Amino acid sequence: MQAKRRRPLAATFALLPTWIAAIFVYIGTMVWSVRLSFTDSTIFPSSNYVGFAQYAKLFRTSRWLASLENVLIFGVLYVAGCLALGFVLAAALDRKVRFESVFRTIFLYPYAMSFVVTGLIWQWMLNPTFGIQATVRALGWQSFVFDWIVNRDMAIYTVVFAGVWQGAGLVMVIALSGMRGIGEEQWKAAQIDGIPVWRIYTSIILPQLGPALAASGMLLSMGVIKTYDLIVAQTGGGPGYSTEVPAKFIMDNLFERQNLGLASAGATVLVLSVVMAVAPFRYALAMRARRRGAH
Amino acid sequence: MATLHPRGPKPSRLTAGQIGLYTFLILSALFFLLPLYTMLVTSLKSMEEIRQGRIFALPDIVDFNAWKTAWSGACMGTQCLGVRIGFWNSVKITVPAVAISVLIGAINGYALSFWRPRGSNLLFGLLMAGGLIPYQIFLYPLVRLLANLSLYNSVAGVVLVHVIFGLPLVTLLFRNYFVAIPEELCKAARVDGAGFWRIFIEIMLPMSVPMIVVASIFQFTGIWNDFLIGLVFAGRDNLPMTVQLNNIVNTTMGERAYNVNMAATILTAVVPLAIYFFSGRWFLRGVAAGAVKG
Repeated sequence: MQAKRRRPLAATFALLPTWIAAIFVYIGTMVWSVRLSFTDSTIFPSSNYVGFAQYAKLFRTSRWLASLENVLIFGVLYVAGCLALGFVLAAALDRKVRFESVFRTIFLYPYAMSFVVTGLIWQWMLNPTFGIQATVRALGWQSFVFDWIVNRDMAIYTVVFAGVWQGAGLVMVIALSGMRGIGEEQWKAAQIDGIPVWRIYTSIILPQLGPALAASGMLLSMGVIKTYDLIVAQTGGGPGYSTEVPAKFIMDNLFERQNLGLASAGATVLVLSVVMAVAPFRYALAMRARRRGAH
Repeated sequence: MATLHPRGPKPSRLTAGQIGLYTFLILSALFFLLPLYTMLVTSLKSMEEIRQGRIFALPDIVDFNAWKTAWSGACMGTQCLGVRIGFWNSVKITVPAVAISVLIGAINGYALSFWRPRGSNLLFGLLMAGGLIPYQIFLYPLVRLLANLSLYNSVAGVVLVHVIFGLPLVTLLFRNYFVAIPEELCKAARVDGAGFWRIFIEIMLPMSVPMIVVASIFQFTGIWNDFLIGLVFAGRDNLPMTVQLNNIVNTTMGERAYNVNMAATILTAVVPLAIYFFSGRWFLRGVAAGAVKG
């Protein structure tokens, strides 16, 4: 009896550090930040409550609004681009090609590298003075213009390039392993019916990969909200605010511009947007699991 | 490259579809390789050659000076000690952070799957929710907290933050791994009189070596590639390689030494790339395990 009571004690003890981290760091600091967002804190935290004033100010700040628009453009194109390119690459590799593992290695290696490295690589390639624009001009096409990275209207799309280059390989790996799990019978049946290969991939394979692709889309979307280092390394948020993102806005206001209250309001908005994005998805998953009786 | 002849088993003829397929794959491979190639050739050129603007051309004269400068002489502000400073800082941060977080992850996964003490479901739910939340909301209070513990601007502080933010994923990995192991194994050991820690050390830890490898690779590449946590918590003297690299490239005064910058960038990417190439399937398993998290 005594021994039985002591065993769970060891288990509880073993989880203690994690409990402390969860309560003090995950919950405690979040509550602290949300509280700060309702104060007029600037350099130092203040306990002077101002209600939703910081939020009102936030949504009157053009730089914040620009950052929201940018992260939306970037997020949609980056996730869609990674999913589309990843799926097509996986389908191509699924056609029993030679040197499959070589191709696979090439398509995934960018994923192993940091966003800082990715951003710097693309900054260098897209540099109008030396990069692609200069190369094409040197080939004789003097009027060629590819200056997106220094163009206010186009700079955000160069970040999408870099992001898709970095992340498509992940989707490819997930899609390919899903395709390998699909039985030969389906292929044979479809081929007997005379369905062209591309139709098999779009109408038969793609729907079956839905959950796996949704999960990777979800993962990529979480990355979008956190996007910070890629922007810092590649464009620094410029030209102007044309590639500014919320995560960077918050960081700058926290540590450089000393706007604690405003930055905390921004962070709170970010967290709320994650909750709103994830909650329905989680709920759907939980409902489906319950219906299937898996849990 | 374009004259590649596929000789797969079934289609003996080179069909139009096959040509299209290989053309697509080769063009894609070139798109993926171009940045790495460009960095490599740039790092081997002299600045004179770079100024001529042929970014994709092979170097006329291969010059390793930029590599030497990048490693031991590149400047960050007024300090010209090269990226080796950041390299060793990254090692000092990454190694303990990986070791500690994987160990805690294994303990958590084991306790959560076989013992389920009171509140385990709540704790697991908290961790999973915490793993989804953007770091920005934790940062300022965490800075204050670490400052009060005298851990702010220190290697130990960064390691601690990495361990804390790594908890959701490592715990999930090990919990899912241990859940698949028959519970009878643990019960039998308990009947034999083994306690919590003995079962963990003598049975579970040896059984979970594959997951330890996967989790270590995942954590190692993730922590090595981190920018945000290093930037906020490390302090001037302990900046990891990624932060130092960005400072070198993006804050240089005067003409940028593109060759040195590219060499430094490659040096920063080398460690995770080496892990990727040498661990192969293990890396893939880590990526897949991370991806099913959502």
